[in-house]
Amino acid sequence: MGSLQLVGFVGPSVNWWALLPQIILLGAALAVLLVSALAPQRASTVFTTVTTLCAALTSFVVALGLWSDVKADGPSSSIASAFGVDGFSIFFTVLILIGLATTALLSHGYLDREEMDPPEFHALLLCSAAGAIVMASANDLIVMFLGLEALSIGIYVMIAMHHRRSEARESAIKYFVLGAFSSAFLLYGIALTYGATGSTNLVHIRSYLDAVVFQDQHLLMAAMALLLVGLSFKVAAAPFHFWAPDVYQGAPSPVTGWMASIAKAAGFAALLRIFFAAFASHDVDWAPIVGALAVITLVIGSVMAILQTDIKRMLAFSSVSHAGYVLVAVHSASATGTSAALFYLFTYTLMVLGSFAIVGAMGPDDEHPLSRYTGLGRSRPVIAIGFTVLLLAQAGIPTTSGFIAKFQVIAAAVESESYFIAGVSMVTAVIGAFMYLRIVMAMYVVDEGEEGPRPIWHWTTSVVVLAAVGFTIIVGLVPQFLIEFARDAVPVLVRG
Amino acid sequence: MMQLLTAQSVASFPVLNALIIVPVVGALVVVLLPNSRPELMRPVGAIFAAIAGAFSLYVMAEFSVQDPGFQLQSIQSWIPSLGINWHVGVDGISLWLVVLTGLITPIVLIAVDPHHDPKPYTAWLLLLQAGSFGAFLALDLFLFFVMFEIVLVPMYMLIGGWGYDDRRYAATKFFLYTMAGSALMLVAIISVATLSSGGQDITFNVIELAQRQALSTNTARLCFLAFVLAFVIKVPVVPVHTWLPDAHTQAPTAGSVVLAAVMLKLGTYGLLRFGLYLFPEASVWAAPTLATLGVIGVIYGAIVATMQKDLKRLVAYSSVAHMGFIVLGIFAFTTQSLEGGVLQMINHGLSTGALFLMVGMLYERRKTRAISELSGIQSAAPIFAGFFTVAMLSSIGVPGLNGFVGEFLVLIGSYETRRWWTVIAATGVILAALYLLWAYQRVFHGEPTADDEKTADLSLKEGLVLTPFLVGIVFLGVYPKPLLERIEPAVNNLISHLEDHSDYVQPDPGAPVVVERDHGSKDDH
Repeated sequence: MGSLQLVGFVGPSVNWWALLPQIILLGAALAVLLVSALAPQRASTVFTTVTTLCAALTSFVVALGLWSDVKADGPSSSIASAFGVDGFSIFFTVLILIGLATTALLSHGYLDREEMDPPEFHALLLCSAAGAIVMASANDLIVMFLGLEALSIGIYVMIAMHHRRSEARESAIKYFVLGAFSSAFLLYGIALTYGATGSTNLVHIRSYLDAVVFQDQHLLMAAMALLLVGLSFKVAAAPFHFWAPDVYQGAPSPVTGWMASIAKAAGFAALLRIFFAAFASHDVDWAPIVGALAVITLVIGSVMAILQTDIKRMLAFSSVSHAGYVLVAVHSASATGTSAALFYLFTYTLMVLGSFAIVGAMGPDDEHPLSRYTGLGRSRPVIAIGFTVLLLAQAGIPTTSGFIAKFQVIAAAVESESYFIAGVSMVTAVIGAFMYLRIVMAMYVVDEGEEGPRPIWHWTTSVVVLAAVGFTIIVGLVPQFLIEFARDAVPVLVRG
Repeated sequence: MMQLLTAQSVASFPVLNALIIVPVVGALVVVLLPNSRPELMRPVGAIFAAIAGAFSLYVMAEFSVQDPGFQLQSIQSWIPSLGINWHVGVDGISLWLVVLTGLITPIVLIAVDPHHDPKPYTAWLLLLQAGSFGAFLALDLFLFFVMFEIVLVPMYMLIGGWGYDDRRYAATKFFLYTMAGSALMLVAIISVATLSSGGQDITFNVIELAQRQALSTNTARLCFLAFVLAFVIKVPVVPVHTWLPDAHTQAPTAGSVVLAAVMLKLGTYGLLRFGLYLFPEASVWAAPTLATLGVIGVIYGAIVATMQKDLKRLVAYSSVAHMGFIVLGIFAFTTQSLEGGVLQMINHGLSTGALFLMVGMLYERRKTRAISELSGIQSAAPIFAGFFTVAMLSSIGVPGLNGFVGEFLVLIGSYETRRWWTVIAATGVILAALYLLWAYQRVFHGEPTADDEKTADLSLKEGLVLTPFLVGIVFLGVYPKPLLERIEPAVNNLISHLEDHSDYVQPDPGAPVVVERDHGSKDDH
């Protein structure tokens, strides 16, 4: 009887080519696990790192191929419109792959130093990256949720893998409990969206909302609120940011970088796809709330950052305030705003990965006092100037990518006539700058005869820092190419 | 970068781009010099700064005297999708500031020994020169903002890295104050460009935005206030001046000199170029308030300077007073007052720059700047005292020296439109004589102690370094015509722009003053 039903079942057409990037990553994850399980001795760090890098590179090439397809034939979607292939998904795929390669390089020295198991770490990292790509590309809320869980579960375990440190386990539990909690919000929001619109598919939701005028839209409003809360947890927007400083501080530094950059970027990808693309016709309902969240996030992130004494906690709060800037761009609910958000996320990802690369290399993860950086400008001038560039970029000082990113965010806010929010974001930028200056000051202002630290430096860290700093300055001087990339990457919902 | 140098169409050599690029290249070269040769850093840096200085003199030579508009312009597309161009040009208002920047930096590099880490010191000073050139030359609001903000980083590093005991506090305060001022300016810049576009392509071109005048009155006033906030902090105008004494006192001598001579001018220059030019109506609307603040600065700076125990802090507060004069001149809107304001920017750069250099030299010899610990230096170091006297008299505004010409023009120009402001500001000249002469008397006259007697006189190198300042001070005092005849067309152009776009009309110089004087004398009878 079961066989009879199966005969009648026609599966949706699958564009395997579009799924190839994440399939490659998952395949590499399996390969790493299999080889390490079957091989007579434990797989070496070199093997796992090289595998991950190769997977990222292959995936990257495929993504570029998809990009030229989208350029030629326009956006499309696959598997019954559940999976979108547009500039947006490829933009995030590229970003996530860059983050993946960077994190793999950073973990290389770290895993050896901290005697952690490389195959498991890399397999989880690859799964997590695949989940992030799914999340950014999903045109269906359920698929998006699956991507989110794949991303998050990988991170929970990667944090906890540092089993000799109780702080790491504490962080993992904290992140897990709050993450599960926020997932529940998100799921409830998905359920209510289904109740309000009759579908979980964003393409259907969009066309339904465009066509129907609600007499009573409480259900939809509740759905939007719950979705926003769930995703705000993921991107660490205030007042849902409380986990961020503790978890960032306790997690191994490469994982912190991964969380602060890619987990946040994927969260924003989902936010933009749901709110900007699917709920576009209801932007008068959600934009003010996003604007309020943005203001709260900016203020809390920048003010709390200057009260911290631990570098990782400082950077955690600074990443909260960066979420605020992206929210300002999302708030404007326009194509300009969305491309500003994308530009911001791209440049921010490289800044934050470079920063955490340096933080991780400066010494063990138990604590990161500011005093560890005293005199770095004299003992290791190249690292210090690199860190300075990354910090000033985060403060939004001109000739760095951070300034161009902030400029576009402010321009989007001004264009949507949100002058108050634009003003708040610039004032909080000044407050935040104080925190970055404290670190710069520690590195450069030393008393006579004081000697700086000489951290042990793995060459992979140098590669990452050099690339991040180079990218930050190049985009700061000639940003045109990235602006165009971000403009072409505004999400489009197409029935496939 | 190469594109900027080569892709010129009509104009011959893109000298303004070269002005900005040469110091940057110099900084890179210095960074690449081997650490084992610390003695090479400053000479190499000084050569690059001097090349830029030579280019600035070339700009002066190429500058056509009677042309009121922007000259030697160069436009390159920079970020086309945001409507941003690399657009530089020079006019009579910016010309002399460019020359000043070009000449001060090499002199400072030669004059002041940083004592440690010469490589970053030289590189930061060169970047400071490039950024200052950029800010004075920019004709694109985005480019201006980039340059206006980027100069903070080198100055911050100079104060933090080579400053005195309280340098952490002073450097951070300097950076945050200025950044806070410019924060809202960025919003205003974007608002002006967006709201002026009127459906067309967005542009940040200053000339075009000034011609369009597309903002409504209230919007323009709000944007003007955001610009003014950035500039009055930079000038600095009382009550937002508190960063200046700290920054000046804690900064190394080179930092103080460049800060006083060049960076403070970014504020007054910004008021002229972006305040008056972009927002004529709003400038006229706000002029009484800003002129009042300028006069308060003159009096307050002078009074506080009188109380100072530290010689460097005294000179810093005298800056507040001098810059107040310039603000008054700018917001009096007459040909003479604006000319005087622009000229006074140069004068202040020369006299205060020289004073800071000499206070630095004194500190090198005595390791103190406290006025009470010094006395009778004149007998031990007569030549030094002579140089100091000239710079001080220039700062006071004694006739025959440059300070007099500038202050006189400001006062005579302001008298027509802002009579009572001018009367009060004129007393500031007397106060300047009071605090500077009193300080001079305590430090240079009197009985020298044993330490004072050992104070060495100027070395040949120090004398050579100070000579350009003194030549400038005397030359401009005797024969300011070469400057004024280049400043005047641009200033007149600005005033007629003001008259075109607001209800302000410049009083006919001469006639109304005479008539009013007659009224006054009748009342007295």
